Amino acid sequence: MEKYTAYNSKIVALPNENVDTDQIIPARFLKVTDKIGLGDNLFSDWRYNADGNPKPDFILNHGEMKGRAILLAGDNFGSGSSREHAPWALTGYGFRAVISTSFADIFRNNSLKNGLLPIIVDKDTHAQLFSLCEEDPDTALAIDLTAQTLTLPDGRKVQFPIDGFSKTCLLNGIDEIGYVLHMDEKITAFESQDA
Amino acid sequence: MPQTLFEKIWNAHVVAQDADSPAVLYIDLHLVHEVTSPQAFEGLRNRGIKVRRPDRTYATMDHGIPTHSRDIPIADALAAKQIAQLETNTAEFGITLYGLRQNAEKQGIVHVIGPELGLTRPGMTIVCGDSHTSTHGAFGALSFGIGTSEVEMVLSTQCLLQRKPGTAQVRVDGKLQKGVVAKDIILAIIAKYGIGAGTGYVFEYTGEAIRILNMEERMTVCNMSIEGGARAGMIAPDDTTFEYIAGREFAPKGANWDKAVSEWRKLPTDDGATFDATFSLDADTLEPMITYGTNPGMGTGVTGRVPDPAQLADLSQRNALIKALGYMNLKPNQPLLGQAIDVVFIGSCTNSRISDLRDAAAVMKGRRVNPNVRVMIVPGSAQVKREAEAEGLDRVFSEAGAEWREAGCSMCIAMNGDQLQPGQYAISTSNRNFEGRQGKGGRTFLASPLTAAASAITGVVTDVRTMLR
Repeated sequence: MEKYTAYNSKIVALPNENVDTDQIIPARFLKVTDKIGLGDNLFSDWRYNADGNPKPDFILNHGEMKGRAILLAGDNFGSGSSREHAPWALTGYGFRAVISTSFADIFRNNSLKNGLLPIIVDKDTHAQLFSLCEEDPDTALAIDLTAQTLTLPDGRKVQFPIDGFSKTCLLNGIDEIGYVLHMDEKITAFESQDA
Repeated sequence: MPQTLFEKIWNAHVVAQDADSPAVLYIDLHLVHEVTSPQAFEGLRNRGIKVRRPDRTYATMDHGIPTHSRDIPIADALAAKQIAQLETNTAEFGITLYGLRQNAEKQGIVHVIGPELGLTRPGMTIVCGDSHTSTHGAFGALSFGIGTSEVEMVLSTQCLLQRKPGTAQVRVDGKLQKGVVAKDIILAIIAKYGIGAGTGYVFEYTGEAIRILNMEERMTVCNMSIEGGARAGMIAPDDTTFEYIAGREFAPKGANWDKAVSEWRKLPTDDGATFDATFSLDADTLEPMITYGTNPGMGTGVTGRVPDPAQLADLSQRNALIKALGYMNLKPNQPLLGQAIDVVFIGSCTNSRISDLRDAAAVMKGRRVNPNVRVMIVPGSAQVKREAEAEGLDRVFSEAGAEWREAGCSMCIAMNGDQLQPGQYAISTSNRNFEGRQGKGGRTFLASPLTAAASAITGVVTDVRTMLR
C-alpha cells in the first residue's frame, strides 16, 4: 500500500444521510475479478441516466469537481453490504478521504485497508463544513494524518480520531497481511493447543 | 468475573494482542463465495502463498448464479467468468466447493448451507465476505462479515486483526401474536432504534420471545443485525440449538458430541455480566411489519401510515424522508394497506429456509396469485428445495401461479438477472430496501414470508392476520 501523505484538496459535498454501499457501487458492478476501473461506476445510479449519460444535477457531474480528493457526506456513511468494491470505487475515482459524523463498521475497516481515510467529525463541525461548501463550493481543506487534523480555510484546525495501529499502517504503507504472516509461530502454537 | 457470550468466545480466540494494536483473532470457519473472493485469491498468488487452513474453508456460489434451470448455460459473461474463477481458485487451493457442478446437491446461499451442513456451531468464530454472516450468530457463534482484504488475510493466516467491539443486549419480552413472526421482531427493532444504532456493537438477543424461536427464526433475527448497524448478532445456545445441529454432516458424533454439548452449555452469558448498551422490544403488542422507505429502519406496522416529513424536527432526517418517499412515490400519511404491488419475492438468506416456505405455502394453498403480480419463490439451498418438493410445497406454489426457482441470492441483490423493472413495487422477504437494490429504479417493501404471501394473493399490501385460517 502507498504511504498516506498530507495534502490539500477542495471538497465534494454530498449531504445525503445513510449513503449505503449499494449507492456507492450497485451490485451489478460486482461481477469483476479485479479492482480496476470501478471509479467509473461510483454512485452510478445517482450519476447516470438509464441511457448512460451523466445526470447534470448530480454533483460529481459538475466539471469543477474533477480531481477533488475529499468527499463530505451525511451521517452514517457506508452502511449495508460488506463489498470492498465501495472503497475501491471511491479511490478509483480519486477520493482519499470521506468526512462524516459516523461510518458503518465494515466500510470503515475496508477503507483503512485501501488508503481511504474515514474522518469522523462532530455534528457542529460537520454542519459548519457543509455551510462553508454552500457559501463557497471551492472550499478546500488541508488533511494532515500525522497531526490528525483538518485545517479549515480560516486556519482553524479540527482534530479527528483514528486508532494508532491504522494510523501507523497508513502513514508507513504497512501491509497488514504481512504483519500477521509474521506471527506464524504464535498462530501455530494457538492451533496446537486448540487441537 | 461474569462474562457475556461474546466475551467468552472472543477471549478464547485471541492469538496475540500487542499494546495499542488490534487483537489477532483466530477464525474457526471461513465461508467463501464467488463475488468477494477473486481478488483475495489473486493476492495469495501474488504473494506465492497457500491457504493456511483449507480444512476450515468452504465455498459456494450464490450471488451471481441464475435461478432458472441449471441446464441452461450462464448467459452473463462476467458472471460466468466469476463463477469459473471460483471453481479454479478452490481447486488450486484445495478448498471444498458446493458449486453448480461440484457437490451441487449441497449448493445454496452461504448463510443457509453453513447451518444446514452443521458447519456452523456454538462458540465458533465465523467470517465470510458478506455482511449477512451475522446470521450464524443464531447458534451462539461470533460471526460477522468482512471485506475482500480481510478475506485474503483469513485465507493467508486463518486470523483477523480486530478491535474488540462493544456489547449490546437486545431484549425482546412477551409473546408474538398469531401472524407475527421473527422477521417482524427484527424489522421492529431496526424501525425503533435506526440503522446506525448498532454501530460498534455486537448484539446479543435475549428475552422470552427470542428463547421460544426455533433455529430458522433465530437466524432471521440475527441475519438482519447488520441492518441495525451491528456486525454481529448472537443468541445463547440451548437445547433448541443442539437439537438442530445433532446428526448434521459436520456435527460432532458419538463421544465427541457429548463433549461438545457440555462445552456449549458453558457459553451463555453469566448472571451479573454487563453490556455496554441495552435495547428492548415488547413482542406482545407487535404487529406484522413493513418498510415504506429506502433503508430498513424506515418501517412501521402494516396497519400504519407513511410518516409525514413535516412532522420531523431534524432537517437532515426530514430531507432523507422526503428523498425516500420521492423514490418510493408514496405520499405522507397514506395507509400502506392496499398499496398495489407488481412483484413478490420470497427468498434470500433472511427468509428462504423450509419454515419460511411452509409459512408462505400455508397462506397460498388453495388460492391463486393476483394476475397483476409476478411471484418468485427462491429456496435458500438445493437441500431446502428438495425438502420443499418432498412436502409438495412446490406444487402449492405452482398451482397458485407462483414461480418455483433454483437456489441462490436471486432478487435480493439482483446480480443474476432476477430484478425489478424501474418503477415496479415489490414485497420482498429479503433484507435491504435500498434504492435500486432489487433492480435500478425498483421499489421494495420488506416484510415477512406470511405478509409477502398474503399480498401475492391480493395484489396489494395486506395484513396477513385477515387471511389466516
